Amino acid sequence: MKNEMKMEFVSISQNESLARVSVAAFISQINPTMEELTDIKTVVSEAVTNAIIHGYEEKSDEKVSLYCAINGEEIEIVIQDHGKGIENIDIAREPLYTSKPEWERSGMGFTIMENFMDHVEVLSVPGEGTTVRMKKSLSSVKALCN
Amino acid sequence: MSLHVNFVVRENVLLVRLNGELDHHEANRLREAWQNELAHNNVGHVIVNLEKLSFMDSSGLGVMLGRYKEIQSSGGEMVICALSPEVRRLFDLSGMFKIVKIVDNEEFALEMLGVAS
Repeated sequence: MKNEMKMEFVSISQNESLARVSVAAFISQINPTMEELTDIKTVVSEAVTNAIIHGYEEKSDEKVSLYCAINGEEIEIVIQDHGKGIENIDIAREPLYTSKPEWERSGMGFTIMENFMDHVEVLSVPGEGTTVRMKKSLSSVKALCN
Repeated sequence: MSLHVNFVVRENVLLVRLNGELDHHEANRLREAWQNELAHNNVGHVIVNLEKLSFMDSSGLGVMLGRYKEIQSSGGEMVICALSPEVRRLFDLSGMFKIVKIVDNEEFALEMLGVAS
């Protein structure tokens, strides 16, 4: 089965829950396990929070876009902002690294995305924005297909 | 789904019971309320009860670590109890287990901090 959805929302923190709940509702149609659903909700929350805090530095009048596709057993999620971008992606992805320690950030966002998903790709251009593309094959769906 | 927070003082312990979802949006509100409670109650230690927390991300970890540092620097202890399997995975990943005491339930946590039941 192939299915996809796209949404765009304003860069305010209230929309973090909107984003993860929307993705969870969308992928529920292929019956993921509770653990898979929680993993997906968590990574969406991480990527959207990064866009709001780091991409837009909490400016509330920008847009975050979210794309989600189901392709058989595989889920693809793309979260994009047109904010300030990341100077050094390798450093940003290191566990416990944060550019905003004074904001009580744990620096675990990318580490969580990498651990909970099979594949995480980060494309970023300083001054133009950041795109995070993540993929995960759902084992529960695979079992049903076999 | 938002976050509901219930603060209770038992002897010299502040109990923080979280119910709902803890993300970046809720983390900012929680931090303010929590710091306010610590400033207005003369407590030495903190117990965080996560029994009814259905979702948490790295922003939640940030708030926990932030309070842990504050409480530790004033000579107190912070104990976290009743983790769901989902939150437990997040704690495993981030190494929270190595620095914060984690117990099964609130009673154990109170006992650990010497509060009579």
